Amino acid sequence: MLEPLYQDIFKAFLPELILAGTVLFVLLFDLGWLSDAPMARRRTVAGGLSFLGCLAAFFLCFRSQLEIRLSQGMLNVDSLSLLLVSVILVLTGISILLAIESLESPHVGEFFSIILLATIGLLILVSSENMLMIFLGMELTSLSLYILTAFDKRRVQSIEAALKYFLFGGLSAAVLLFGLSLIYSTTGETDLKEVYWILIAKGPLPIGVLGMIMVIAGFGFKIAAVPFHLWAPETYEGAPAPSAAFIASVSKVAGFMVTAKFLLVGLFGMMGSAAWYLIRPGWAPILAVMAAFSMVLGNFAAIRQVGLRRLLAYSAIAHSGYMLLGIISQNSGARGALIYYVTTYAAAMIGAFAVVHLLESQRGNDRLSSLRGLFQSSPVTSLCFGVFIFSLAGIPPLAGFFGKFYLFAEALEPASGVFGLFWLVGLAVITSVVSFYYYLKVLKQVFVMEAMPDTRSFATPPFTPFILVLIASGILLLGCFPHWFTRLIEPAMKAHGF
Amino acid sequence: MLAWTIYLTFIGAVALLLLPISVRAVRFTALATALAGLLISVIEAILYHAIAFQEPMQIIVRKDWIPDLGIEYLLQYDGISLVLVLLNGIIAVSGILFSWNIRHREKEFFSLFLILIGAVYGVFLSFDAFLLLVFYEIAIIPKYFLIAIWGSTRKEYGAMKLVLYSMIGGGMIFFGIVAAYAASGGQTFNLEVLAKFEYPLLFQMIMFPILFVGFAVLAGLWPFHSWAPTGHVAAPTGASMLLAGVIMKIGAYGALRVAMTFFPLGLDYWRGPLSVMALIGIVYGACNALVQKDFKFVIGYSSVNHMGFVLLGMLTLHEIGVSGAVLQMFSHGILSGLLFAVAGTMVYERTGTRELDHLSRMMLSRKIPFVAVIFTLTGFASMGLPGFSGFVAELQILIGVWSAFPWMAIVAAIGILIGVAYNLRTMQTVFFTEPSPDHVMEMPGSSVISLPEKLGACLLISVSLVVGLYPRILLDLIYPSLHTPMMKALIEGGGH
Repeated sequence: MLEPLYQDIFKAFLPELILAGTVLFVLLFDLGWLSDAPMARRRTVAGGLSFLGCLAAFFLCFRSQLEIRLSQGMLNVDSLSLLLVSVILVLTGISILLAIESLESPHVGEFFSIILLATIGLLILVSSENMLMIFLGMELTSLSLYILTAFDKRRVQSIEAALKYFLFGGLSAAVLLFGLSLIYSTTGETDLKEVYWILIAKGPLPIGVLGMIMVIAGFGFKIAAVPFHLWAPETYEGAPAPSAAFIASVSKVAGFMVTAKFLLVGLFGMMGSAAWYLIRPGWAPILAVMAAFSMVLGNFAAIRQVGLRRLLAYSAIAHSGYMLLGIISQNSGARGALIYYVTTYAAAMIGAFAVVHLLESQRGNDRLSSLRGLFQSSPVTSLCFGVFIFSLAGIPPLAGFFGKFYLFAEALEPASGVFGLFWLVGLAVITSVVSFYYYLKVLKQVFVMEAMPDTRSFATPPFTPFILVLIASGILLLGCFPHWFTRLIEPAMKAHGF
Repeated sequence: MLAWTIYLTFIGAVALLLLPISVRAVRFTALATALAGLLISVIEAILYHAIAFQEPMQIIVRKDWIPDLGIEYLLQYDGISLVLVLLNGIIAVSGILFSWNIRHREKEFFSLFLILIGAVYGVFLSFDAFLLLVFYEIAIIPKYFLIAIWGSTRKEYGAMKLVLYSMIGGGMIFFGIVAAYAASGGQTFNLEVLAKFEYPLLFQMIMFPILFVGFAVLAGLWPFHSWAPTGHVAAPTGASMLLAGVIMKIGAYGALRVAMTFFPLGLDYWRGPLSVMALIGIVYGACNALVQKDFKFVIGYSSVNHMGFVLLGMLTLHEIGVSGAVLQMFSHGILSGLLFAVAGTMVYERTGTRELDHLSRMMLSRKIPFVAVIFTLTGFASMGLPGFSGFVAELQILIGVWSAFPWMAIVAAIGILIGVAYNLRTMQTVFFTEPSPDHVMEMPGSSVISLPEKLGACLLISVSLVVGLYPRILLDLIYPSLHTPMMKALIEGGGH
């Protein structure tokens, strides 16, 4: 048994290793050889290298048939985790490409290597089934994200946002760790699969329940669901745009996946039920209440916002509410829908933040009124922005629409026909109507209002529009042909037995 | 071939946006695209006449789209769809003719216009519930921009109100369709299959009003109609022609095709209350139209009045009543389009006002006699004078209503009478008032009627006349379609 073990570990960790190697390369190149080079060149080289690292890791994972489970579920590589890893790598790659032109800090190498470190943490989060590893992944990610938030160290808002993020994050990490240790103390195991069996055998123990609640609080922070959402508007507002995009998108994908995995694999026995005809205690009703509040608070608070970043932050909270449906539902098809939803949501969010950055660099702030007349001065950017926002709002034929449709349809548990989550899906539909109001308010500035005569023309850097068009067409294509993606998800879900 | 109505229109919309062409070319491209769509639907209608009685249901395209969920790309039509496709083609052409003098961001205007038209074609031709929902929602977004950019009178308020109402309706439809899909076992979204499934009674009683009202919001069902007058008034002429002409029809069509066929037991339960709501809409719309001071508001409320007839006709579940409702959709589409063209373009562009009081001082019948004649004819048609399409439609609906709920026929007839009153009042005030000499106002605009306006007006009025004189031209399409398995169950189920 021992002999193939090292080989397995190496194979299982290869994507992470590639990224770690890239981190070193980036630092070496940037700080070693290019430290005197002009900024643009440094950004291109460091960003390009990081992108290549992601690309290499992606090609290693995408459609690979590898199946390895290291002892204690330290790393559980199967088609599902590989799919999620690929998704995360693609999204990271796009964020990195956008950051090449939007990074304003002189610390180029550090920025890209920290993004890559955060990504390594995210990869561990989605591919591990061990409580310790999950916590490690969580900390690696969180610490990197705090730094990314504070990266603009000359701007007070950036520092303030990072401090708030750090305080909330540190507290929630402590709570999470405490919860994990309580669960460990009842089960004596760190492997989620073992935890599941032991919890089933022992029945619900008070300490286990306490542990579960703390774990939910810890993960609730990661996915920014009410009442653990308070950091999100501050962080999205203060962080440099490339960091905010990363936090809002890629880290959310992993956050949702690890939450789903932890609850559905480890604590499945404590699920309970949030169905209207049969509410049983467990984590499902807790999440259902969190989801309901997230939808309502997120959507209604977004209406009042005057800044684009805060608006996106509150709408992200609302989206977290919708996505929780995918975890709460008894129907296993809902997990597949969740993967589709969170991926397309993340893509739209990255694009939207790229536009936020363009806006800030041109107009100096992110107020909705600064978007005024954008369509006349920069039609391509505006059309892409329209695609992102409409996709977030869920307008066909964009991916966001199918995501919503898929998620809500699966959450209703079509197979049983009893519609347990009737009330929550109904609320989701109603609140998403509310969301049209503020999304349209944003687009009204872009397309309807005309620019003031004295506004400067809108200069976009040469490379960014291409990436925006790339993301927008991806969203459009995934919306028209969702099957391209769902047919990757379905077999992976089946293989995993989610 | 009918699928090309959708594709051509969308291609036209994208081409307009991307190609660097002159304003003149933009107009002609848009017109050519709309004409091509109309031509295709006319040809298909002629071909369909020959086979209508043998095979009323025709499949155009059927492909797997998202097999995991059983979603198909299924375009299919019967006579009912075809009548509405024809309507859409006619409204598209005339709407572009009446938008000829749009002077601001022309490319975007015509592009959005065509997207809307293409999506409406899609709604009428989809026989997959998911596809229908997709087209339905695509149709909503352009409306917002058409109104908010090119509109007048509280345009942003009107546009937002309209979109939010539509989206609430869309959310209800979404929910109803997903629920029907789930309850039927999660296998398919095919409308015919879903309609055949027998849902439990309680489920039908809950879901039917959700799905029906979801669609009927767009059809202007009282008390969910209030988007209609403000939206119509705020919209530029071309857009209000589309709104009244085809968008309200998507609502009525969906209510008939989806909600009513899916849940016959729920329909049975809710039929009475909904008919009363339709009836209130008839009388309420007419009474409101009678007292409005703004020319467009009169027409906006008259739409509520006429759409009440459509909904009431559908709810009779009587062969004649339902076919009357479909015919009324067509007729109202044509006539309201023309009324909005008169109020919004032919009169407003020349007088700069829509206040009935001001218009009455301008002696318009002498200055623009062509418009006066057109409006008089349209007014007569819309009050249901024999010889025009409105007569046949309303007569059929009344017959249907009489056999289903006799007392409602009496109230509806009173609604028609009030309809005559507001039409005559408007006609008289706007065109045929002799003001005392010290009250006369000058008409600021030129009295020349441009060629596109003449063409559009003649097209619409002659269609109404042809259908009024020879209604079989459409009824031959509609009747056989009421005997397809899908619709037959509906009509026979309600006949008891």
